[in-house]
Amino acid sequence: MKLTINGEDHQTDISILSELLTALEYEGDWLATAVNGELVHREDREAFALSDRDRIEILSPMQGG
Amino acid sequence: MLELYGTSVASRLLLGTARYPSPAILADAVRASKTEIVTVSLRRETAGSRTGGAFFELIRTLGVRVLPNTAGCHTVSEAVLTAKMARDVFATDWIKLEVIGNHDTLQPDVFGLVEAARILSNEGFKVFPYTTDDLVVAERLLEAGCEVLMPWCAPIGSAMGPVNLPALRSMRANFPDVPLIVDAGIGRPSHAAIVVELGFDAVLLNTAVAGAADPVLMAAAFSGAIDAGRTAFLAGMLEPRDMAVPSTPVIGKAVFS
Repeated sequence: MKLTINGEDHQTDISILSELLTALEYEGDWLATAVNGELVHREDREAFALSDRDRIEILSPMQGG
Repeated sequence: MLELYGTSVASRLLLGTARYPSPAILADAVRASKTEIVTVSLRRETAGSRTGGAFFELIRTLGVRVLPNTAGCHTVSEAVLTAKMARDVFATDWIKLEVIGNHDTLQPDVFGLVEAARILSNEGFKVFPYTTDDLVVAERLLEAGCEVLMPWCAPIGSAMGPVNLPALRSMRANFPDVPLIVDAGIGRPSHAAIVVELGFDAVLLNTAVAGAADPVLMAAAFSGAIDAGRTAFLAGMLEPRDMAVPSTPVIGKAVFS
């Protein structure tokens, strides 16, 4: 399955969002995720099934003005 | 006390957290400023990185309220999604809404701003819109559900200070009961004092402190200037006049010739 993660192409067999995050070493309670422009809440990641060509955004806190 | 969406704060300075020389200096500047609200942002995380987590932890230890922003968003959909992701991370329904309309001036796309403010207000967000000093846009933002307005006084990071005082005065006069926070363009403590003297309720700034030679000292300077400006506003200031008025009474003056 082909995915776009933070703008970069990825090939993976993992189809659950939470498992993908773990496999790619995205860890911590400070991450926010969205798939195809829609927010996926932290508590919904374990049940979120990914599809081919999904676009995933993984954001974290940073300094801002 | 200043009331923002039902939350009372004593400090009238909101401080940005970007561009400091180090996290330690940021922390010291936040303390020296006596601010109770800092702005934060969200960016793409790198796999295996804990940078975001370290910053998040630092902010938690400062014991201040966070106001996440949608900086860098140029469309309504980007800003709305970023706001939702910020709410998920920071566990606050406050959002500093930015929809940028021009790359050079970083001025807000006010049409997109009103649209995004309406969407987010309907979804329960407490929207702090980064806007211009345009009164009609301000009116539309209030209609969209905003209870606070944050007009610029000059372009972001320009350090020019208030370039259009009549517009700011007009905004204050038109919306006497709406909390107004000048956001963007402040360069010096005297700029902050001027807008608070005009009756603006608070000032949001970042670069003026973070970019100073000594950010911690400058944070203290802004805190003092804003306190002075607010106290002066409450005390009631003289209006300028064209002709001199002797400060020493002339009645009873001796006549020597």
